[in-house]
Amino acid sequence: MQDEPLTVRRRDLLSLVGAVAGSAAVYHAMTALGFASESRYQGPIRLEGDPKGASVLILGAGLAGMTAALELRKAGYKIQVLEYNNRPGGRNWTLRGGDTFVELGGFKQTCAFEDGLYLNPGPWRIPYHHRALLDYCKRLGVALEPFIQLNHNAYLHASRAFGGVPQRIRAVKADFQGQISELLAKVTEQGKLDEVVSKEDKEILLLALKSWGALDRDYKYKASLAASEYRGYAKPPGGGLSAAPMPSEPLELSEILKSRLWRYLQNFANYNFQTTMFQPVGGMDMIGKAFAREVGGLIRYNARVTEIWQNDRGVTVTYVDTNNPAQPQKAVADWCLCTIPLSILSQLPINVGAAMKAAIDAVPYAGSVKVGLQFKRRFWEEDDAIYGGISYTDLPIRQIAYPNTGFNKSGRGVLLGAYLFEGANCYEFTAMPPDERVGRAVEFGSAIHPQYKDEFENGIAVAWHRVPFTLGCSGDWSEEARKQHYRNLCEIDGRILLAGEHASALPAWQEGAILSSLDAIGRLHERVIKT
Amino acid sequence: MMRQATSGVKQAAGLALAALVLQLIWPALGADDPPALKSRTFSSGYRFVEMSGEELYVNVCRGCHMVDAMGASGAGGYPPLVANRNLEASGYAIDLVLNGRRAMPSFGEMMSDDQIAAVVNYLRTHFGNSYEDMVTAKDVQGARR
Repeated sequence: MQDEPLTVRRRDLLSLVGAVAGSAAVYHAMTALGFASESRYQGPIRLEGDPKGASVLILGAGLAGMTAALELRKAGYKIQVLEYNNRPGGRNWTLRGGDTFVELGGFKQTCAFEDGLYLNPGPWRIPYHHRALLDYCKRLGVALEPFIQLNHNAYLHASRAFGGVPQRIRAVKADFQGQISELLAKVTEQGKLDEVVSKEDKEILLLALKSWGALDRDYKYKASLAASEYRGYAKPPGGGLSAAPMPSEPLELSEILKSRLWRYLQNFANYNFQTTMFQPVGGMDMIGKAFAREVGGLIRYNARVTEIWQNDRGVTVTYVDTNNPAQPQKAVADWCLCTIPLSILSQLPINVGAAMKAAIDAVPYAGSVKVGLQFKRRFWEEDDAIYGGISYTDLPIRQIAYPNTGFNKSGRGVLLGAYLFEGANCYEFTAMPPDERVGRAVEFGSAIHPQYKDEFENGIAVAWHRVPFTLGCSGDWSEEARKQHYRNLCEIDGRILLAGEHASALPAWQEGAILSSLDAIGRLHERVIKT
Repeated sequence: MMRQATSGVKQAAGLALAALVLQLIWPALGADDPPALKSRTFSSGYRFVEMSGEELYVNVCRGCHMVDAMGASGAGGYPPLVANRNLEASGYAIDLVLNGRRAMPSFGEMMSDDQIAAVVNYLRTHFGNSYEDMVTAKDVQGARR
């Protein structure tokens, strides 16, 4: 197998080098633009100056709305919050045993998870560079624990490669890296990179490839103890008389290429998914609950907004109690910060200018589906030695994510048995009744973990296009729409301004919701102080 | 729907009647959807593999517009497609599926001209709609912008 890739592909290699140079160039461009650098968050917002009793009506008690409520109240504003749900948090949400969820269409699910087990149907991980969210977690006393994005012992799975047998991430990564290093070393030695690599650098490059790719002294990547230190052993080192390790056999480069398993490696390289990532201890909704401990008294729950109307003196919002929708009620304030998702806001009567209205109408909402599955035992740990992290597959379920807490305990556990984001399968899963989504997740997941069939107990499925309070997962800006409408969405229109992940450059991230809110209230405060 | 028809009251009355009739035929909301598990199709890439209008409706549109095409509502809603006068102008239906509008995603990149024509024709001849002028893939192609 070692010869085959070597005889091949100068052309492929050159395109590879091109790709590498290309992405380095992209990275530098991104750094220059500030995308890949430090957070925009500069520490707690300071709203100085007296708002002289000005009032702000906030629509939505998700993270954007509650951030604004917390900070504006502190600055001296009179605050009222209207929230459609009967709980704080919005998409910051966790389902536990006993919770019920009724999706659009009337399908009701009751979560049957054992105490202490949960599913985060929405956001579930926090990058270390989401400094605003992390700061609020610290200020509000939300305990965090690691979210494991990369577990080398989790699987990559291609249904039509390697006989359908899932491969350890560790092995795919080592074999891909090793054989690419071997190819590069070969052309480097042949002098084919002499035009682009100086003589001095050439020596260092060869050393680096050897170290990075686990190559032997002839710059070959092959079954060896050195390679096994990266990809894992056929028989790992032990003790006593049987201590000697035995090397494992690498996967062929050609097979890895054809399998497309390499495409999952970006999930560990991407800035948004780099270690360290976090999750709140006990469920993502610990953040929403912590905010509500501060501002809960300002929130009117079960309030469905039906109209937003402004004049030059203030804003009047009409809403109904979802338990008594026949009786419209009104809330008035000097200003309105609206965090209602655009999928819903676009359907409401609102008298903003044409530019903001066009922006509100310009953003469709992405689909996403998550399925939580409870099993009798943590077989992924007991049988497969997978402690946290994510397996990726080309099956419609796309991912299986293992709990990042409660490690090495006996008893039940909950897996994220499917996580789809956009694409055809996401719509197909949304179109199923929830119990079928669960059934399909079990069926597909069995191809990766055959233990599913014996160990499965119950599950719950959330398809975001059917979530009554968002009608979708997150704002799905096209580049073109962003160019045309983004600024108009964020500008203050009379006495109304918008916030939420949809009004940020971090769509679908909680950090986007908070940064958007902080930016909006900063501008609002400036306006109020000046007038 | 989003467009305010001048015949709004008449439309609403017709809709209510259609809904009543349909409820006799289709199961109540939230009950098991009738298409059998076996008929489920899973696409293998970003684009849909379903080809017939019915298959596309059941596997895609149903997600929001529901099995009986009655739509749904929460904080916002998805409009019913039952006896829906907005389907009269076939160009409007094609444009909505192609390009989306507000909470309706665009399917122009996920469905071919043939698929969009098939699903538009299906909607315009089912759920209390009976428009006889069929749209063609060519109509869809012409509407792509």
